[in-house]
Amino acid sequence: MSELRNQVMWNRLISIVEEQALALVRGAFSTSVREAGDLSAGIYDTEGRMIAQAITGTPGHVNTMAAAVANFIEDIGPHRIYDGDAYITNDPWKGTGHLHDFTVVTPVFRKDQLIGYFGCTAHVVDVGGRGFGPDATEVYEEGLFVPIMKFAERGTVNKDLVNIVRHNVREANQVVGDLYSLAACNDTGLRRLHDMLDEFDLDDLTELADFVFQRTAEATRERLRALPTGTYTNEMRVDGYNETVTLAVTLTVSEERIHADFDGTSPSCAHGVNVPLVYAHAYFSYAMLVALAPEMPSNFASLAAFTVSAPEGCILNARHPDPVAVRHVTGHFVTDLCLGAIAEALPSVIPAEGAGALWNFHVSARASDPNSKLPPREILMFNSGGTGARPALDGLNSTAFPSGVRTMSSEATEQVGPIVIWRKELRPNSGGAGRFRGGLGQVIELGPAEGYEFRFSCMFDRVENPARGRHGGESGAPGNVYLDDGTPFNAKGKQPVPAGRRLILELPGGGGFGDPTERDPEASERDRSQGYVE
Amino acid sequence: MAETTMRIGVDVGGTFTDVVLETPDAMFSTKVLTTYNAPEEGVLDGVRTLVADAQANLSNLRTFIYGTTLATNALIGRTGARTAFVTTAGFRDTIEMRTESRFEQYDLNLQLPPPLVERKDRFPLAERIAADGTVLRPFDDDAARALIEHLGHRPDGEDYQAVAVGFIHSYVNDDHERRFRDLLLQQLPDMSVSVSSEVSPQMREFERFNTVCANAYVQPLMGSHLRNLEQQLHAAGAACPVYLMHSGGGLIDVDTAARFPVRLVESGPAGGAIFAADIAARHGLSAVLSYDMGGTTAKVCLIEDGAPRTAKTFEVARTHRFNKGSGMPISIPVIEMIEIGAGGGSIATVDVLGQIRVGPGSAGSEPGPAAYGLGGTQPTVTDANLVLGRLSADTFGAPGIDLVDEEARVALTTRVATPLGLNVETAAVGVTEVVDENMANAARVHGVENGKDISQFTMIAFGGAAPLHAGRLCEKLDAEELLIPPGAGVGSAIGLLRAPFAYEALRSHYTPMDSFDHGSMNNLLDDLTDEASKFVQSALGESDDLTSTLEVERCAFMRYAGQGWEIPVRLDNGPFDHLGGELLANRFEKAYEEFFGRAIEGLLIEAIGWSVRVATPRPDVEQIKRVDAQRDVLPERTRKVHDTVDGTVVEAAVIDRGTLTVGDRITGPAVIVEAQTSTWLTAAQQAILQTDRCLLVTRRNSDLAHTDSI
Repeated sequence: MSELRNQVMWNRLISIVEEQALALVRGAFSTSVREAGDLSAGIYDTEGRMIAQAITGTPGHVNTMAAAVANFIEDIGPHRIYDGDAYITNDPWKGTGHLHDFTVVTPVFRKDQLIGYFGCTAHVVDVGGRGFGPDATEVYEEGLFVPIMKFAERGTVNKDLVNIVRHNVREANQVVGDLYSLAACNDTGLRRLHDMLDEFDLDDLTELADFVFQRTAEATRERLRALPTGTYTNEMRVDGYNETVTLAVTLTVSEERIHADFDGTSPSCAHGVNVPLVYAHAYFSYAMLVALAPEMPSNFASLAAFTVSAPEGCILNARHPDPVAVRHVTGHFVTDLCLGAIAEALPSVIPAEGAGALWNFHVSARASDPNSKLPPREILMFNSGGTGARPALDGLNSTAFPSGVRTMSSEATEQVGPIVIWRKELRPNSGGAGRFRGGLGQVIELGPAEGYEFRFSCMFDRVENPARGRHGGESGAPGNVYLDDGTPFNAKGKQPVPAGRRLILELPGGGGFGDPTERDPEASERDRSQGYVE
Repeated sequence: MAETTMRIGVDVGGTFTDVVLETPDAMFSTKVLTTYNAPEEGVLDGVRTLVADAQANLSNLRTFIYGTTLATNALIGRTGARTAFVTTAGFRDTIEMRTESRFEQYDLNLQLPPPLVERKDRFPLAERIAADGTVLRPFDDDAARALIEHLGHRPDGEDYQAVAVGFIHSYVNDDHERRFRDLLLQQLPDMSVSVSSEVSPQMREFERFNTVCANAYVQPLMGSHLRNLEQQLHAAGAACPVYLMHSGGGLIDVDTAARFPVRLVESGPAGGAIFAADIAARHGLSAVLSYDMGGTTAKVCLIEDGAPRTAKTFEVARTHRFNKGSGMPISIPVIEMIEIGAGGGSIATVDVLGQIRVGPGSAGSEPGPAAYGLGGTQPTVTDANLVLGRLSADTFGAPGIDLVDEEARVALTTRVATPLGLNVETAAVGVTEVVDENMANAARVHGVENGKDISQFTMIAFGGAAPLHAGRLCEKLDAEELLIPPGAGVGSAIGLLRAPFAYEALRSHYTPMDSFDHGSMNNLLDDLTDEASKFVQSALGESDDLTSTLEVERCAFMRYAGQGWEIPVRLDNGPFDHLGGELLANRFEKAYEEFFGRAIEGLLIEAIGWSVRVATPRPDVEQIKRVDAQRDVLPERTRKVHDTVDGTVVEAAVIDRGTLTVGDRITGPAVIVEAQTSTWLTAAQQAILQTDRCLLVTRRNSDLAHTDSI
């Protein structure tokens, strides 16, 4: 019966971390958490090994958090860990890749013994500095850096820290509110865990963690056998901040693990599109799981099969104090880069390249007439281009991949900020032709509402380097950014949108898969009748 | 019998149509197969059978109340009308682009559900309203007429049967939508038209547009079905009015239902929640978890102070393992439930991790569980219950189905026991434990989402499979009490007879508390009250004496500025004065504390939506006094059952529910059998028959640990 007992408890742990994540979604202020799902939550053993992870969340957080807790244990020091503590950081290198993500870790004590940790991460609305965007040249300009420290000790919150945060960020109430929400969500997990341990009459997680790790490790190894041992390589070009960036990977596949080495990748650049290695690691692990073991739960044992290395100072292994604020713009391409490496080996699994990085933007809306007393507003929107065509299916139109976040409602966005979204619809002809067509990008046309002008922060890629097709499929359409009077707009960095003008964003499409002449005539006819291809 | 008044409730489900007939002193019920091609016929058949059973006459029928899954089925099966969607230029693809996310993150071959109306049938029109209701781009009559001309004459001859209209921000200003509708009806007077500001005046374009498309899509079908039903009932001699249950748990008349058929989606399950709410009221229970488990799914709903929890939006027709985000959103007032793929027919498998998984796939009624002997080879929850001895062939109670123990054993052995190296009984324990755990986890998560600790709730269980699993579920949820009402097998249909006449009007209106204008808020709430009252009064008819006693419930949906989740805040019924904003802010902070444990200082508070529900008052119900055990029932027979808690074989009492009298106590382990279901008591539980013939299940001895080990 112990087999069944462990199975039931494993299910319960996953449910507990899901409750933990939902408590965060409900309590959070940051748009990216509550509307877009940019968060994660998990439970760890005493060594910081992740036992279970909430399904709610996005890959960039999922896999970076897996590594983060061990850093907390080391930096806090095992002898300084008390019941009622909570630890915090937004260290991009020890957390999840940029200052906007705060991670909170809470130790769990039972009968005076430390038995594990809960951890969670959320993207907060502001961390001071220049505001969200790629323009900084050092991480110091990107905002407040909170090293791993105690948010609470024995139940008492560190008021000095809260005070420092409050005086260094815009929208201080919301940011401080989110820090409390993070701690509260771990407490939800903690209560549920004690309930479970009471029910099953257990005092620690050791046996259960062993069961989870052993089962997962065996099953993961089994799945990796789908990929023949050997080395696989790939290169991809993306736009970078102002000069083309080469991303390169060599995957070494052995019986036990897959190692990614990013040697050959361009050096880090002067602006915030650089990626701490933890974040590149996350999107590499995601690529391998989604291709080889999609049903595998994310935990220490499944992720242990995927290791990385990269030359220090390359754009996928940025060093402190390189700027990293919009690390997702480069980091999201790591998945397609690694999938591309194994595409030949798994021709019926791996899709063509897609738009990759989200087309997020941040708008600072300011009154055109400073004396008008119209309040300043900050607006964040997440938008997606097309995904790559699959070996037996078209790509998905305007859908995020590899990121797991959602877009926001235009009506809701217009209710909270002085913006008018004139158009947000599919972009015909943007999917790469192929036996299976790439997903379509979208067109967004927006402008300031009456009385306002914008400082518009761009963080867009695949304008110079479109998503490539696979097996004879054509590239997706590249992106475009311009004002409605024809003024060109840079795809990266902060620029003005004057009152009365509109900005047009054409989001990239996904690459096609297979020879376009082999496309099913019915599918082609459907493309025409529906206006996907004009 | 001839002089008494009689009421009939009919719930058309996916497999069975349940019919309940109630007179002042008796209740009759039956199940007949749903007739998909002409659903009226199955309904009429069932009604005639039951009227004959009751030796009654249809002319004495006072009310006919109807709940149906037909609208839901039309959305799932895509069998609705050829529909065109007219929308603001620039937003043609909103219903296709959805949330721009993948509901399953690890599936490279994910397919998103196709939009209800294809791209070629979606037509942009130049016009634009701003967030504050002002006009950014005026409505162009000529462009509208040209589009209408086009809609009326499709070149391929396949003319549209329905038109949906959804413009941006029409929930603030519906002028353009109404103008388009008026022009369209001038040119195409017979067209079925739905406009989003009437069907669902709520912010968020994807949800509202999808809702108006769904309404248009099912309108021709539901309209003719409802009128046929009404005619045939009248032809059969029933002169009474016909009412429908809507998804919010209230009754509306046929005209309203035919205008807003999307409000009928999930009306059957709503009947179940009303059924549980009625039992809760009789037993004076303020916190109840209703648990409805049938052949395919289980549904859980929170009922507090006699009212099922409601929501403003939900998702129907989920395409992928009941995953959130894989269906289509419908923004209407609805009784909020979680639904998971856990029923008697749910299939058990072993995954790559060697873990037992149950559902969401279901063996349905064809071939059904392996034990049905109809060719099913996959093991189901019902098969596991049979192997454990909780079900038995001689007491299963479904007419025409003889359970075959051997088939269940073979299926479980092949697909679960052998791959895991377990014996078949342990595998069966595993299957029931996993399905119970799945339901318990979903219920707990639902509790967290609503800021509730459900271990403090009393469970009310109904539906064919629920009484078998409810006892163990209570142990897992640490719930103290469980009620299993009489008629549990047809609970949803009984619920139809207990529902009030009710209508909820909703509107999005963005209102920061620092610029609260009490005059315009009073006007808005008065408008909503009038709208809701109109529908209720239309159903009641003018002569009905209930109109004077209608209850009004007003509610604001509020949050801190910057948050994305609103929480409902109940309002007093009087008008706001100049302190209204402050009052409302205080109410919100209290409600927020209840939800999240603490209010946050210094943040602006805003309301984004308002609702008014008008309903006939709940009738005073007889209060049931708790009856303690007066005598222990000694079983006349027992059978061997595998206990799911410790896996041991126990001798369980087998009791026929019909033979029990009030105050009888049954001590677990026991199986209590009846016509449409069986109740399983674990070794740690007891049941006492109450005066209304509910079984009250509690822990046998509070000193016993409720779960030792498994």
